[in-house]
Amino acid sequence: MKQFVQIFLVTLLLALMTSGEATAQCKGFAKSLCKKELGAYLHDGNYHAAILVEGEEAELYKTFYSDMEYRVAICGADGMPPIEFTVFDATGKVLYSNKDQELSGIWDFKLEASQQLKIAVKVTTFGTRSELPVSGCVAIMFGFKTK
Amino acid sequence: MNNKLKILPLILGVTALLVCMAATSCKGKTKGKEAKVTEETVSADEQTMEQIKSAEKVFNALPTPLEVAQLIKEAGAKFDVTLLNPVENKSNYTTSKSMALNLGIYVCDLSFASMYDETSLLVNYMQAAEDMATGLGIIDAIDEGTIEKLEQNINNRDVIMEIVSETFLNSQAYLEDDEQHAVAATIIAGGFIEGLYISTHMVDMKNFKGNKLVKTIADQKMSVDDLIRLLETYNENTAIQELLGPIRELKTIFDKVERSTTPASTKYDDKTGVTEITGAAMSEIKQDVFLAIKEKVGDIRNIYVK
Repeated sequence: MKQFVQIFLVTLLLALMTSGEATAQCKGFAKSLCKKELGAYLHDGNYHAAILVEGEEAELYKTFYSDMEYRVAICGADGMPPIEFTVFDATGKVLYSNKDQELSGIWDFKLEASQQLKIAVKVTTFGTRSELPVSGCVAIMFGFKTK
Repeated sequence: MNNKLKILPLILGVTALLVCMAATSCKGKTKGKEAKVTEETVSADEQTMEQIKSAEKVFNALPTPLEVAQLIKEAGAKFDVTLLNPVENKSNYTTSKSMALNLGIYVCDLSFASMYDETSLLVNYMQAAEDMATGLGIIDAIDEGTIEKLEQNINNRDVIMEIVSETFLNSQAYLEDDEQHAVAATIIAGGFIEGLYISTHMVDMKNFKGNKLVKTIADQKMSVDDLIRLLETYNENTAIQELLGPIRELKTIFDKVERSTTPASTKYDDKTGVTEITGAAMSEIKQDVFLAIKEKVGDIRNIYVK
């Protein structure tokens, strides 16, 4: 019995250490790798990143303003399948899908009038059913041009 | 007894896996029903597949202090240093709630100072933001290295703005990864209210009609909705509940801003590689509504900066 309790505690400790490492890696990934994708655009300072698994989806709602030029960068950590993203207006109309752009991780846009947009992100799948689904960090970052 | 011992490792393994999964489910509101697990029937593989089916993460993004400062500068407004929260006030903030709100407020002030090249203010405001972050236990968001870098690049606006952006990102990332979502949301609320306070007080009322800054403020109607949605995600938190009351009152006034929209369409510019989203969405704000917003924002802000 004592041995089982020891196994349990070690397993629990390892599990917690692994999870802490995953979130810390997510933060590091967003800051050091994904932020670079913004190029000359100034990062707005927001942090949107999460561990997602193959096939999982996330949504982001944000109001974008006229007279601003934005870049959205969506990145998946190494070893993740490609990330699809689609941008919708408030009526649900598709304004952009990276499926039409070879799954590009960045999109530059500006608006004639301020409006709220929804960005839907989906981790695609490798399609191999025999193994456990891959999981990893996915970050969504916004930058804008300063004058 | 023997049977129980045989399945004990399985129970322990599944429990450890569940703890691991709970700990790695990152920020964002998770929708959908919880996976129901029994020790006898669930394998690790099924568990993961169940998580895929049920998990859906939703982020509500608000304009950050830097974005608001850029919007206001873009609208041609003149900066007024007296609108900032004096750094001398920082010793008044001793609770987590007041430190979180004023971290947002000081980062917003810092954003305005950097955007408007008010270099003499930068170090003191960064120091005030550092004090708030330290008080909240946020490690490494701002440190002496940040202040030194700021001092060394005091006349380089691009580097300064990069430092301000990084400061906000570090604070948010630390809190989100530490599962302190309500504190992160409170910082965002503080920064948003400060931006609205500064912008409403920068409007020259003699030039109200056709004023670009007024239009920018009217457009914040959508962001107030975003803010309420973000805060409501954490409404079990007492500090958030206290914040929500006055912000809902502010929303009631913003609801009087009229918005008309026509369907959006897109136009891609080959030369610049930029897509323009066209389609009219006009915000119309009457002077009395604007003044009511200005007063309400001032009331909310003054509760938290004193």
